[in-house]
Amino acid sequence: MRNTWILTAIRMRLALRNKAFFFFSVVMPLMFLFFFATVFGKGESSRVAYSLGQVLALTVMGSFWGLSVQLVIFRERGILRRFHLAPVAAFELLASSVIANYILVFPTIIVEFLLARWVFHMTQWGNLAGAFVLVSLGAVTFSALGLIVASVTNNMQETQVICNIVWMGFLFLSGATVPLPIFPVFMQRAALFVPATYLVTGLQKVLVRGDRLSTLGPDIFALLICFVFGLIVSVQLFRWEPEERLPGRAKLWAAAAVIPFLLLGAWEISHGGHRSEFISTFPSAPSR
Amino acid sequence: MRYDGSPDVSDAIVQVENLKKSYGPVEAVRGVSFEVREGEVFGLLGPNGAGKTTTVEILEGLRRPDDGHVRVCGLDPQRSGTAFKQEIGAVLQSTALPDLMRVDEALALFSSFYARRRNTEELIKRFGLEEKRKARYMHLSGGQKQRLALALALVNEPRVVFLDEPTAGLDPQVRREIYDIIEELKRDCKTILLTTHYIEEAERLCDRVAIIDHGKVMALGTPRELKARSAGTTRIQVRLARAAQDGALEKLEGVADCRQFEDSYVLHSRRPPQTIVALVKHLEAEDNELHSLEIAAPSLEDVFIEMTGRRLRE
Repeated sequence: MRNTWILTAIRMRLALRNKAFFFFSVVMPLMFLFFFATVFGKGESSRVAYSLGQVLALTVMGSFWGLSVQLVIFRERGILRRFHLAPVAAFELLASSVIANYILVFPTIIVEFLLARWVFHMTQWGNLAGAFVLVSLGAVTFSALGLIVASVTNNMQETQVICNIVWMGFLFLSGATVPLPIFPVFMQRAALFVPATYLVTGLQKVLVRGDRLSTLGPDIFALLICFVFGLIVSVQLFRWEPEERLPGRAKLWAAAAVIPFLLLGAWEISHGGHRSEFISTFPSAPSR
Repeated sequence: MRYDGSPDVSDAIVQVENLKKSYGPVEAVRGVSFEVREGEVFGLLGPNGAGKTTTVEILEGLRRPDDGHVRVCGLDPQRSGTAFKQEIGAVLQSTALPDLMRVDEALALFSSFYARRRNTEELIKRFGLEEKRKARYMHLSGGQKQRLALALALVNEPRVVFLDEPTAGLDPQVRREIYDIIEELKRDCKTILLTTHYIEEAERLCDRVAIIDHGKVMALGTPRELKARSAGTTRIQVRLARAAQDGALEKLEGVADCRQFEDSYVLHSRRPPQTIVALVKHLEAEDNELHSLEIAAPSLEDVFIEMTGRRLRE
């Protein structure tokens, strides 16, 4: 565990020196906040809270891109093999990147909350503890999903293609950018199979309606299972060497991480539920 | 040497027996065997693609052998995990550090992983990195990166240091600096396993050398022993205006062996004066011209040529 903390500290230090990290993790989410709060929020507190849910989710989901690309760059440039020589385990290396990302995401999240409150006149905080739990789970889950992509792709080109495809789904089929109530019903149904939807709608519920965590059990459970599977699969498929190739069938392991969301989506569609109801309408008024 | 699990009684700190490794259909290492004694600088000399890096990376625990037995400090690199890694240091042929990592950070980071640690300040001074202490990795020159790599290889006071082509791609000045550092390590009685395709590097630095080609050890001994195989001959390298007729130079007086390399011929002669006179007469008769002629004592390269019929850098 000692190595994990040492690696976490150095990763954070390197990230804070990186201008690209600052742009994508701080500047861009704040630009989204200003855009969404202005376009969708329209000065109405519950709508600003709704948009804040989208922005928080986008901020948290950024780790998906960041971690996958970084790990592949490290592998391709032979940086990982230098660590392989040292008494460092793959789990320590991967866990440190998840923890560093988790810690680094919070300053931006706090700034987004404060701006929503003071600049865009969001009058209530919603369920802050619930938001904290969802942001935490989202940060580690999307980091783990990024690590899976890095584990199953063989080079940077493959990584970028897969990341782009998955990221488009996360952005446009989850309500993170375009609010789900705008979509036709079949797209709202498709959104129920996307992991990001559970983070976005979960955050919107706790911020807009102040929902208790107990009502978000399945969402939290799905994110948690996805994180655990993601970390296990990425440790199992981890490769230190750039020329090591992964057998095609090993890539199927990656699918294991999204099984909870496929089951939840299927359940939601067949039985209907409050989630389907939530994604089909904009919030009309704050709950408190 | 025992590989049956019984206590190790050999004084060898590195033991390699019948090592084999293939990449798909390509046999990179085909039954390599050698031993390295404690405090010795041992060289693997061979051209690119000879199997040197694969052999060393198996010894470092980075690659899994297909067959054969390997022990480093009495430990199996594949099975001994952390205990093994505590004992070795290495400069890898293809590696890097994160661009934004500083020199002092890199040394502090890697030393923190080990139970036995060197003072990193001392390493910074020893490797002449004082002025670059706060420099980011991306801003270091090739030579500075290599000095940092050497310093990193020593952060844990390793018992065995692996240096894989430590001077490849560096300019002659930097190469000499690296030689000085390795000679210093040699004076400290560090056990070093070095791979190279530079003859002068192997001759200058190594106590013993294994010449390796196509995944096999072709010859093994001290540089003096290996060169003694060409004893009694002198190396005469000539460049001619036109190519000589097939076999003509081989028939010259005193010539034991003649090989053509691109635009030059290397003759090994037992009687150099007679060979040179015969060469000049032959060229006159053929209306050919001599562009250059070099005479030298046989080197390790000549040993390599004798054994493989190729030059090291072909």
